[in-house]
Amino acid sequence: MDTHKDASGTASVLQIDIRRVREADLPQVVALDERVTQIAKPDYWRDIYDRYAERRVGERFFLVAEDAGDAAEFPLLGYIVGEIRAWEFGSEPCGWVFAFSVEPGTRLQGIGERLFEAMSTEFKNIGIKTMRTMVARHNQLHMAFFRSEGMVAGPYLQLEMDLDE
Amino acid sequence: MKLQISSRLAIFALIELASEPERQISVSEIGEKYGVSAHHLAKVMHTLGRAGLVRSIRGVGGGYSFSGNARRTTLLDVIMLFEDATMSDRELEKNADSTAAEWALGRILFEIDDTAKATLGSITIATMLKQIARRKGAVDLKTVVG
Ligand SMILES: CC(C)(COP(=O)(O)OP(=O)(O)OC[C@H]1O[C@@H](n2cnc3c(N)ncnc32)[C@H](O)[C@@H]1OP(=O)(O)O)[C@@H](O)C(=O)NCCC(=O)NCCS
Repeated sequence: MDTHKDASGTASVLQIDIRRVREADLPQVVALDERVTQIAKPDYWRDIYDRYAERRVGERFFLVAEDAGDAAEFPLLGYIVGEIRAWEFGSEPCGWVFAFSVEPGTRLQGIGERLFEAMSTEFKNIGIKTMRTMVARHNQLHMAFFRSEGMVAGPYLQLEMDLDE
Repeated sequence: MKLQISSRLAIFALIELASEPERQISVSEIGEKYGVSAHHLAKVMHTLGRAGLVRSIRGVGGGYSFSGNARRTTLLDVIMLFEDATMSDRELEKNADSTAAEWALGRILFEIDDTAKATLGSITIATMLKQIARRKGAVDLKTVVG
């Protein structure tokens, strides 16, 4: 059972289980992503599932947060996907988080933190010492969340150029 | 990136107060810790009071207590009370009709400022308190900032 204070400081009680994704969860993952991004991407998620939940699962993690209580409107309350990437840009093996979302109606109740912590535990358990992600710097919500979990700017900078220029 | 002294003092004062929301802390106590005059700090506290981030308590044992929302108040919110952090946007507009060299340098300086602003705008007082606590390991937060 997870007790967390919401933005107004009142304690709410949610029963959350964090576990690996199952094939039967896929429609709910697609629906949650669609509610958040307004775009339904069933093929994309099928592919992510095949690659991250079926293959090399010792270093790929597709985790979901599930409401363990009865009568939940949306039982799947969030997901996080991450993997070990080694020697990219000359970097030692590190854990990357590249997809992360929590059901809009149940945010700010600690579910994001539970998923984040579960992912860092998976990485630590296989000897990984650094966890990375990429955020749009103007996305205040993502920036605030990862900062509050203790993430800081890493040694790499993302660079890009406009090929039409 | 350099912050004005008032912005720095305001952040330190808020960290002191927010780490012990129940306690009232006097201006001189904070001033002594950071080696600044009570006069300068009083002005800073007045501005923080007007913004609703601190409450002044009169009388014996009076001082200030934290009255903001530590989880939603960012460093940028605090800094903007004391200095114009939106400068870089305006500079960029002005930059549009400058020479090519001025434009190129302006673009780089804007990139740096924009990153700094996004960083300051995402770090809350609560995140600062957590970071301080982490740095000091298992030491109780009270002894860290008290
Ligand atoms: C970022 C996200 C995962 C956070 O999930 P969450 O369950 O709300 O997060 P938590 O409740 O665990 O919050 C942990 C901390 O993050 C910070 N935080 C989270 N939401 C915040 C907000 N709206 N404003 C400021 N800080 C916030 C807080 O410090 C919070 O701690 P607190 O509750 O003690 O203040 C969620 O907001 C989300 O899914 N956002 C959209 C993601 C998205 O766009 N995904 C698709 C592309 S990848």
